[in-house]
Amino acid sequence: MKEFFERVRRATSGRSADRGAGADGSDPEESDGPAESGAAVTDGGVATGSDRGGTTGDDPGALRRAFDRIDDRLGRDFVESSPFWLPAFLLMGFFVYGAIGWNVLISLTDYRGFGTVDYSQLDFDMYVRAFQSSAVQQAAINTFVLLLGFTIVCLIFGMLLAILLDRRVRYDNSLRLIYLLPMSLSFVVTAQFWLWMYDYSNGIVNQVLGLVGLGPYNFIGNPQLVLGAVIFALVWQYSGYAMVVYLSALRAIPDEHFEAAKVDGASVVRMYWRVIVPQLRSATISAAVVIMVFALKAFDFLYSLVGGYRPPNGADILATLMVREAYQNTNWAYGSAIAVILFMMALAVIGPYLVYQYRNDAL
Amino acid sequence: MSTETDTQTEKQSRFGGLDGYRIALYTVLGLLVLFFLTPIESGLVTSLKTATAVTNTEPYLPPLSGAEFSLENYATAFDALANGVFNSLLFAIPATVVSALFGSFAAYGLTLVDWKYQVPILVLFVAGVFIPYQAVLVPLSRLYSIIDFAALLSFVWALTPLSPEYANLVELAVTHIAYGIPICTVLFRSYYTTMSEEMMEAARLDGASVRRIYRRIVFPLSTPMFAVVLIYQFTQIWNDLLFALVIVATSSSPASPVTLDLAGLGVSMQGQDFGLRMAGAFIAALPTLLVYIAFGDEFAEGVAT
Repeated sequence: MKEFFERVRRATSGRSADRGAGADGSDPEESDGPAESGAAVTDGGVATGSDRGGTTGDDPGALRRAFDRIDDRLGRDFVESSPFWLPAFLLMGFFVYGAIGWNVLISLTDYRGFGTVDYSQLDFDMYVRAFQSSAVQQAAINTFVLLLGFTIVCLIFGMLLAILLDRRVRYDNSLRLIYLLPMSLSFVVTAQFWLWMYDYSNGIVNQVLGLVGLGPYNFIGNPQLVLGAVIFALVWQYSGYAMVVYLSALRAIPDEHFEAAKVDGASVVRMYWRVIVPQLRSATISAAVVIMVFALKAFDFLYSLVGGYRPPNGADILATLMVREAYQNTNWAYGSAIAVILFMMALAVIGPYLVYQYRNDAL
Repeated sequence: MSTETDTQTEKQSRFGGLDGYRIALYTVLGLLVLFFLTPIESGLVTSLKTATAVTNTEPYLPPLSGAEFSLENYATAFDALANGVFNSLLFAIPATVVSALFGSFAAYGLTLVDWKYQVPILVLFVAGVFIPYQAVLVPLSRLYSIIDFAALLSFVWALTPLSPEYANLVELAVTHIAYGIPICTVLFRSYYTTMSEEMMEAARLDGASVRRIYRRIVFPLSTPMFAVVLIYQFTQIWNDLLFALVIVATSSSPASPVTLDLAGLGVSMQGQDFGLRMAGAFIAALPTLLVYIAFGDEFAEGVAT
């Protein structure tokens, strides 16, 4: 730390030696109390303000005073630090929040086909149509099943993986990397793999099931099975994520908790169930939210499975339905309305999570 | 093996454990390795087989004779995907670098400096990580039909052999930068909160400006996190299909990225040519696989935060 301090000092003195020396001399007194350090800070603000005023060639005094007033209101570094976060914030804000607002607006129009949007007539027709459509209802149910099934299985499986890896096994780092490997692959790639795994006559899944006298099943073609098959493939791809999150939470649990349970003579399973698993609550919450977001991106997987907008029968989710309506059938406003429904579903999960994180000061 | 177990007894005291028990543990872990690697292994051996061998041999066995072995799948898949790989690199690399830089800037301006309302602004960034992209697709299409990058950048098409369709890649890069900023910011922020505040305070008292502190202290210290973010972000951008599909639209475009080409590879071929599909999948996955093999730990770290 001392080293960086020195480095900064040298850098500063290179720019304006006299001011650096002055700050050096007054340093010890100023860092004593909050009032004095506030004074020192104002000094720094003045220097930068005049620098900036000089380069723009405006009246430096007025500009500086304006900046100072903003800083007084919003904190001493507001003006100086805004070049860092403001451009990113504006770009992100426009593309995320601006686009969501725009999307809501489009969903209120009757925009379809080619041409421009007519914003003069806004109504909720598209939502009425969406709520009455059996395709949307079915897709909403499928989305819900996928979200819930995938998240729960992923969490349980990931927790088991983490517990196994946490039991002081050798090569645990290599094992962790192997279990996480599928996550580095694109949905487009894993969809090809699983299409082959689920193949009716040559797929490994049917071969394994054949060993115990089951099948063969047509996993992709059967509307009863396809959603389960997709969930299974997604679990294969993303349970490594839950494992990584749980593993770091497990490693933060002090050894004494394990030992105390052992002294009490609890069995291993009981120890984990009663002592360890309850401590993984916050890890579960954050992993669950991220996994649900992965589930919302299952569009890529379903699209690649068939190479088209229409996913296999029985696996149509809101994400695929929305893109199909908008980009295949050019029902833009209708697609936007479905997107708003999907967004609301996501918000119902993410909103409480953000509030929870905010309250726990974990942001 | 037994001596190694002895030296590990100390470490194992947390769990105790019998030898038979540990054998079972390793068996389970081994089976899990099989579970995670089988789809990839099966894809790899299938990609190396001739069309007849694909249907007539076991899907998990490698091609056993010269008659079963063929590299033709790779030759065909490479012809179909080489242009896509080039296009993907063309927009994924700049988009990765720029979004990581933006993320670092924003995280610094929202973490290591002193002003009010940083946290509410940060909440907006964090929420941006979680939005379903379907909710912005139609506006995105509208936006890019209004802002005509093909016309704006006409000098590029005049000066380079690239066709005007490559304007789509500019749009893709901008899109990925904008939607990559939230996650990059969150990753950098988690790292910056661990940095010493006294250090910043000391530098401030010495009269260093916010910008100078970033350049002299924060940026040099961020190198390990840049590795994490660049790797994670590159993987995300390379793997994306949705934005490519919406912005480039068709795999017949000269500017189509590799994921779009691969998704289309299955469609254009009659029947299910699994050998070709698997070869294509590996070509498309190669950059991310290489990155993962070289920097797996960084990837795991990026994922865990």
